[in-house]
Amino acid sequence: MTTFTDPQQDGGFRLSMLLNDTRYRGLTFQFIALLLLIGFMAFLGMNLVSNLAAAGLNISYEFLGEPAGYDINQRLIDYTSQSTHFRAAMVGLLNTLLVAVLACLTATVIGVVAGVARLSSNWLVAKVMSLYVEAFRNVPVLIWILIIGTIVQQGPSPRVYLGDDPERGLFLGFFAFTNRGLTAPAPVWLEGSIWVVGVFLASIVGVFLYRRFVRKALYDSGRLYPVFWPSVAILLIPAIVTYFLLGQPIGIDMPDVLANRFNLQGGFEIQRPLIALWLALSVYTGAFIAENVRAGIMAVSKGQTEAAASLGLRPRRIMNLVVLPQALRVIIPPLISNYLNITKNSSLAIAVGYADITATLGGITLNQTGRAIETVLLLMLFYLMISLLISAVMNVYNASVSLKER
Amino acid sequence: MSDTHSESISFVRESFLPEVPPPAAEAGPVKWLRANLFSGAVNSVMTLLALALLIYILWGFLPWLLGGNWTASNIRECREIFQGSGAGCFAVLTERWNQLLFGFSYPPSEYWRPTLSLLLLAVVIAPVLFSHLPRWLLIVTALYPFTAYWLIWGGTIFTPVMALAGVIAGYFAYRRAVERGFAVGLLAGLVVALFVWWLGGLAAASEPDSLALERVPSRDMGGFMLNMILGVVCVSLSLPIGILLALGRQSSLPIVKWICVVFIEFIRGVPLITLLFVANVVLAYFLPPGTNFDLILRVIIMITMFASAYIAEVIRGGLAALPRGQYEAADSLGLDYAQAMRLIILPQALKISIPGIVNVAVGLFKDTTLVSIISMFDLVGMIRGPILASTDWNGVYWELFGFAALLFFVVCYGISQYSQWLERKLATDHR
Repeated sequence: MTTFTDPQQDGGFRLSMLLNDTRYRGLTFQFIALLLLIGFMAFLGMNLVSNLAAAGLNISYEFLGEPAGYDINQRLIDYTSQSTHFRAAMVGLLNTLLVAVLACLTATVIGVVAGVARLSSNWLVAKVMSLYVEAFRNVPVLIWILIIGTIVQQGPSPRVYLGDDPERGLFLGFFAFTNRGLTAPAPVWLEGSIWVVGVFLASIVGVFLYRRFVRKALYDSGRLYPVFWPSVAILLIPAIVTYFLLGQPIGIDMPDVLANRFNLQGGFEIQRPLIALWLALSVYTGAFIAENVRAGIMAVSKGQTEAAASLGLRPRRIMNLVVLPQALRVIIPPLISNYLNITKNSSLAIAVGYADITATLGGITLNQTGRAIETVLLLMLFYLMISLLISAVMNVYNASVSLKER
Repeated sequence: MSDTHSESISFVRESFLPEVPPPAAEAGPVKWLRANLFSGAVNSVMTLLALALLIYILWGFLPWLLGGNWTASNIRECREIFQGSGAGCFAVLTERWNQLLFGFSYPPSEYWRPTLSLLLLAVVIAPVLFSHLPRWLLIVTALYPFTAYWLIWGGTIFTPVMALAGVIAGYFAYRRAVERGFAVGLLAGLVVALFVWWLGGLAAASEPDSLALERVPSRDMGGFMLNMILGVVCVSLSLPIGILLALGRQSSLPIVKWICVVFIEFIRGVPLITLLFVANVVLAYFLPPGTNFDLILRVIIMITMFASAYIAEVIRGGLAALPRGQYEAADSLGLDYAQAMRLIILPQALKISIPGIVNVAVGLFKDTTLVSIISMFDLVGMIRGPILASTDWNGVYWELFGFAALLFFVVCYGISQYSQWLERKLATDHR
């Protein structure tokens, strides 16, 4: 009988074992790595301290409470040039989120349409779509932002738009495109409007509940209730009834073309930089999403479609019940990173003059106060938080659609 | 037999019919059109819409392109020539050609140097890209960074030669010491290389003018050349760093792992532009007092960090995709960690990661245009700054942006086509 013993057990611990014994070598390496990291951090920190001392500066966030002194055109919350730098940063943050959310929505629509169209049996449509995808994927987003910014700039000035013909109407009776942006009718919230909105929100919940009921009924009793028209009815009828019962509490503020010869008044204005950035991010990222969608659909093997067809499912149900759930698993992870990319690319807003957080906090505030370290650090933290938030939310969704394995 | 048939069953044919071509609607272009463009009402409408879109675009685009002027000396001349016909004023490209490619302060007499470096790059990158070329050509490739540095930045030839000498000496030291273990070899190589570089630095400083090209400071780099420099340098630097980060993230050592995770997630969570702000206004505070890194070097550091985090994630995907058995096989052969990685794991993981790495490289090359936002004069910076702001060319947007888009498209499309070719070539699974 041979017995296997560890040859080093009897020798006790020797110093050379720190390097030669796999049990301890890991610890040695980690210790060295930690030492190097601490040393590197200390090196940077000491440099920072001595550089700041030499320049007579300090690290302080007091500037956030001082008046900013600059104007921001596009804003979602109240802001004047007397507001603080912090308020300016908040305006910028909301603007970043606004353009990111808008662009995510439109990019998804564009991407899904283009991705499906690229797989179309129609040769010409497929080719046009691959032309779109290749053209946008292979040119820097900054150039697209600048190009689309220039296109949007080509609109007529309000004065030229109104022109000599005061009767010139709005586009479709609602919109006006000028080089200042898009003017659209604005809702006016009168007394009681909150009830209409509340009822509408409740109806959305109602639609979800109804769909859950339909599904449960299908699984329990096999009865199939209609879904689409009841959903529309639940969504719209209560809100419309409330609207008229309360005496039409939501009005419309139309853009007024007759009040002033030189400018459009009234209505709701989406400013040009926002439109430019929104469009550019949407079509640019749409091209990437199109590729993901195409890859996702192609990843579902043809056998799945055929198997579903042989079970007697109709084409639309095959798509809904068999192909899409499987394709989504492939599509969603890259879709998440595309949403993150939109958020990060929205930091190029500065190129078209849109006041996102990079332009306010990292641009004007930085230049005015000279607080480089503080502002850039804050900026990074903001983006880091947004990114982590988006990936957390999307990962939850991804987990809910992903394949449940053992 | 046939006779009996012909007598009893009168309708059996006795001879073949001559072959006839298929019906016109089922062959040739007509069939193709029917199958691919007009197979149904919806399809026909879509075809017509796509056709209308194409014609509309070409209707505007072709006169602009073909009727363009290439010789005027400013935009007013262009406008006089066209009289409002809306053709392209491409004269801006001919007049500002050098500025677009080299920036506005690279000495004009030295334009041949970056041009030569670019041509050399095309030559020396061939053995890396195409594996059927002889392997010894890789030595020429390894010499390229030193040549290109000397050509583009100038200065005495001793600087690149001594740097090369340090690398060679380090390599030989590594070869001698690697028998005692990979880590020992690496350490020995590093020490020897650093020593030779220190000596070489002294030598180069004492002979600043021997065999010297005119020295061009980094801040004079500009135009598309700057995009190329940043792209090539950062991609090549970030590849090894990315591999190390990916290995670190997959490592079983918790501290190493967490350092890598925090680094990667932090970099991936912030936009490149904030890192460029760091390079522009913050990084100087963290460097030893008195050191004077120029902006282009700081930008290279930050972009390299950025790219290496993304490459690390791609390679981590490749590492994770390898079957567990490969790791176990390497262990059971008695290979240590470095050997297992070098000989078994990385060659396969890198092969899987090639498409992802190329995507990152293309994305990075496109992102080099962002340096224009921190007022460096790359291609986009040149267009937005000195050219569009000049009174001569104020308002020539389409021609300039179109040119920039075309340059990037050609490079990026070329790279992605190469990647697809390589993917097909490396596919060793049996299909």
